Amino acid sequence: MQNAHAMNPPGDAPASRLKDGPGPGSREAAALDATWSDPPGLLGWLAAVNHKSIARRFIATTFFFFLAGGLLALVMRLQLARPGSKLVGPDLYNQLFTMHGSTMMFLFAVPVMQAVAVYLVPLMLGTRSIAFPRLNAFAYWIFLFGGVMLYVVFVLGAGPDVGWFSYVPLAGPDYSPGKRADFWAQMITFTELSALLEAIVVITTVFKLRAPGMTLNRIPLFVWAMLVTAFMVLFAMPSVMLASTMLIMDRLVGSHFFNPAEGGDVVLWQHLFWFFGHPEVYLIFLPGLGFLSAIIPTFARRPIFGYTAMVLSLIATAFLAFGLWVHHMFAVNLPELGKSFFTAASMLIAIPSAVQIFCWLATLWSGKLDFKTPLLFVLGFFFILVLGGMTGIMLASVPLDLQVHDSYFVVAHLHYVLIGGAVFPLFGAFYYWYPKITGRLMSERLGRWNFWLFFTGFNVAFFPMHLLGLKGMPRRVYTYQAGLGWDTMNMVATIGALTIAAAVLLFIVNAVRSLRHGAPAGANPWGAGTLEWATESPPPPCNFHAIPVVHGREPLWEPPRTEADGARPAFTHVGGLAADTRELLATTVLDARPDLRVNFPDPTIWPFVSAVAVTALFIGSIFTPWAVVWGSIPIAIALTAWFWPQRAETSVHLSLERKPWQ
Amino acid sequence: MAMTRRELDVSGLPSYAFGHRSLMWWGTFGLIAIEGTLFALAIGSYLYLRSQSDAWPIGAPPPQLLWGTVNTLILLASTWPNHKAKRAAEACDLLRTRRWLMTGLAFSVAFLVVRGFEFGALHTRWDSNAYGSIVWMLLGLHTVHLLTDTYDTAVLGVLLFTGPMEGQRFADVSENALYWYFVVFSWLPIYAVVYGVPRLQ
Ligand code: HEM
Ligand SMILES: [Cu+2]
Repeated sequence: MQNAHAMNPPGDAPASRLKDGPGPGSREAAALDATWSDPPGLLGWLAAVNHKSIARRFIATTFFFFLAGGLLALVMRLQLARPGSKLVGPDLYNQLFTMHGSTMMFLFAVPVMQAVAVYLVPLMLGTRSIAFPRLNAFAYWIFLFGGVMLYVVFVLGAGPDVGWFSYVPLAGPDYSPGKRADFWAQMITFTELSALLEAIVVITTVFKLRAPGMTLNRIPLFVWAMLVTAFMVLFAMPSVMLASTMLIMDRLVGSHFFNPAEGGDVVLWQHLFWFFGHPEVYLIFLPGLGFLSAIIPTFARRPIFGYTAMVLSLIATAFLAFGLWVHHMFAVNLPELGKSFFTAASMLIAIPSAVQIFCWLATLWSGKLDFKTPLLFVLGFFFILVLGGMTGIMLASVPLDLQVHDSYFVVAHLHYVLIGGAVFPLFGAFYYWYPKITGRLMSERLGRWNFWLFFTGFNVAFFPMHLLGLKGMPRRVYTYQAGLGWDTMNMVATIGALTIAAAVLLFIVNAVRSLRHGAPAGANPWGAGTLEWATESPPPPCNFHAIPVVHGREPLWEPPRTEADGARPAFTHVGGLAADTRELLATTVLDARPDLRVNFPDPTIWPFVSAVAVTALFIGSIFTPWAVVWGSIPIAIALTAWFWPQRAETSVHLSLERKPWQ
Repeated sequence: MAMTRRELDVSGLPSYAFGHRSLMWWGTFGLIAIEGTLFALAIGSYLYLRSQSDAWPIGAPPPQLLWGTVNTLILLASTWPNHKAKRAAEACDLLRTRRWLMTGLAFSVAFLVVRGFEFGALHTRWDSNAYGSIVWMLLGLHTVHLLTDTYDTAVLGVLLFTGPMEGQRFADVSENALYWYFVVFSWLPIYAVVYGVPRLQ
């Protein structure tokens, strides 16, 4: 930051550095704000690294993809409303469900959770930034470019049409000539790269940047959920990246991974895909659970019941999720013993979920409930998930799965789980944290309308699909004949989908209107207990002018500390970090004792340039393998420039330097 | 919050550190977890394809042992300069850090040259059949890691000579060495699979 450095030219003696200080409005607070804001202008916009700026863009981008994916779904539903409809043909329908599934899974559900985490995790932990802010910016740009690329080719008429799981040999070179499946495979690489980098960012932030006193057993449950999710990403995403790389090589350079004629094997694709695909559902679901654990205590006005049990069941869910992928392949010829094992494991995973649900119910039961919109969405979650979970247990049994395999029963089940388990908590979370992000509350009245329309529309749209499936309607068909007994229920489902669309529209109206007309929120409009509510709304660029010291799980609900509380003096906040350069406090992994003062780099354009270079390589490689060779040169240059230290910055760091053993 | 504010003064803390105290260590740890998973899955795919095939290797003799074995020895030997560079960095000894980092770099360049011969001695091509594809994939994945790490080390080396120098650079060298260990030790199972499995009967 040029302006911040100007206040203290390089080479100054360390003693004259401005240290962070008490409250907003002071000279120190102004310096902190200047230090941590993003530079002005268009270039500054591209160079931004503040985690809140990046997160706002990230959330907005994923929401646009949600709208796009929803529009595609609406077209499908309109097509299926009547038998023999001619609204779209089979070719476009194939693209529609592929684009819808891929958008919802890869461009919305997982990234939106990571985007929210990028905003909230540092605030909840009481720190000024996310770890590796430049990497965070890079991950966002990569994600944006990958998603936009997919939609550009769709609009140009070359959208992928082989399903969101791109089964080979259908997606292989023989059955899918042209470039459609290549664009799909490259989009996977973009989004998974982004997800993996975000996982590293979140893990490092949680382990190293917590406020002093926030020991492992005081971390907010949402942060725990995101931490466990990040670990799952580390082990699940490489699988689909490997698979999509093999696919694109089969298509472009004539390798034979999935070609049975040359010793390849199509089931290998399914194994690699579902080794990712099943945990993927939990990557969407666990953050949803995290939202619930943040919202429920606030509106029940009491700390969560069974904190430790909650954390352990999050971890158990993550482990079990990896053992389950084969249940997506019951229709494949696999050894019988294996199938029984996976059936058992699929049933087992209900246990940790049941523990969580029990703890929430206990919290709600013993609390004084305040039925605001966020809590309504939580209650909607309970209702929907119970149904979705039951159909899931039904599907986990091999004979039934074989019966309803690839029927609308599965479509109903997956939407009950995904929308009930993730989208409802997400909407609740949006209402809950909107005042923190914007400084204003959303309208309660519109919020209630929003919830009831969504809830009703959802059940009207998806409940009939269970029955359609049992009556034999297969999924992924662009139309059907009259007189099979499917007509009425399809019409009902379409009306439900239109109701959902109305609900989403209402949500947008509420969100946009409240930006200007919402009631001012203040720091803590709900009276919540976690740290993100300890700072202004919206938070200043540095998050906290004074880093808080934590003494309990709900720091804002703790009684004020005095000397009498214990042998150690009851610190309330941290002092002594530089205010005029990006200095952060790192703490120890387990018990969050102050450990280091680390220097963070300034905003820079290079993550953006690197992302452009990476995009050029990946898109180029769809057309020629040489793009991999020539494309790596600009990437190397951009990355080198990114890591190359600036002399001015270094001299500031040197003035603050203190060796580890000094 | 409270009316009486008590300040926990952190201005005396060090500004960088090594191992799991440093943020870079966690970044490297994440990278290793990802890449390790990738290698494990690629090896798994190799074994899976083998289990589905009547003959293995398909339509080719097993790869020639010479270059792969030479390379394994080079890699194992490179742990020594690597270890020295890590120790020197952790003692913040600039001169010795430079020297050992450059020695390590020479090892990786030698390795990359021999890797070229190794591809030539596989007796199969990526587009011959599934066996060729997966062998090239395994070797290719490992080579990409080597290429990037070599480039990384080179950039770090230039920085150590031209500056600007600050303590954090020593932590970078230490993490770079950790990653090198990963590249070396992940090679051993890949070596065993690429050269050993085709020889099992
Ligand atoms: C918001 C209202 C939504 C509606 C009306 C809707 C509707 C549909 C329809 C009609 C299909 C195609 C069924 C077929 O022809 O086989 C479908 C498939 C699918 N949907 Fe949705 N959906 C919605 C939201 C979501 C969300 C939020 C997600 C994920 C988070 C999701 C994930 C999927 C997936 C993975 C498929 C399978 C695609 C495939 O077969 O390739 N949907 N949805
Ligand atoms: Cu599953």
